Amino acid sequence: MTDCRKLRLSLESTLDSIDAAELIVQRLAELNGFNEDQVHQIGMGVRETVANAVKHGNAFNLAKRVSFDAAVDEVAFEVTVTDQGAGFEPEDIADPCEGDNLLRASGRGLLMMKAFFDEVEVGRCAGTGTRVRLVKYCAKGAS
Amino acid sequence: MSLSTEVREYSGVTIVDMTGRITLGEESGQVRDTVRGLLENGATKIVLNLGGVTYIDSSGLGELVSAYTTSRNQGCEIKLLNVQAKVQDLLQITKLHTVFHCLTDETEAVTSF
Repeated sequence: MTDCRKLRLSLESTLDSIDAAELIVQRLAELNGFNEDQVHQIGMGVRETVANAVKHGNAFNLAKRVSFDAAVDEVAFEVTVTDQGAGFEPEDIADPCEGDNLLRASGRGLLMMKAFFDEVEVGRCAGTGTRVRLVKYCAKGAS
Repeated sequence: MSLSTEVREYSGVTIVDMTGRITLGEESGQVRDTVRGLLENGATKIVLNLGGVTYIDSSGLGELVSAYTTSRNQGCEIKLLNVQAKVQDLLQITKLHTVFHCLTDETEAVTSF
């Protein structure tokens, strides 16, 4: 076991940041004993979260940053992603699995976060922007 | 890993062999451009062979849905071939398995139209 259990990053609002965040959490999960499926799920959930922050939150505005915190302990893998966008109400997101929404080209990110993490909280942070907190509990060796 | 696409014809069906990842950005655009080009050239039966695609994010899924609806609106049918396990899981999670016709055998895919 390594001592790599926490990190904090300030990411640019670019596509490269999405790839970087995904790779970093996957490595952090690997180093802390998560299995292959869990590593994949953590990577995908974080990818969707950071993609939303970069694309929908900050609208690729390079003057705006995405704050990224990840921490692992004996209980859980936790990630918090905060953007500087206008914010949104999760209730306004249509169910992408419902009726004609199935054929929409977007709107599946939150569903995928919820599929891959045990807890997903979406809220406004102080001032402006959206903060998303993801928690995956450690059932090491389980998927 | 970026996305590579190769187009071939088999018994009147256009098969697109895809390898890599389909994610937000250039790769999703590549899917869009490839399908758009095939439609412009008159394709009416398209099989997207995802056997080499190990990873798709929500943007990639959205691009496949767009390809499906755009094609359907132009009288073309799209089917998926050799969907890998992790991508199949995503289709289940998003219920897109109810939209796409997924097959595992190329000959069966070609004769299924």
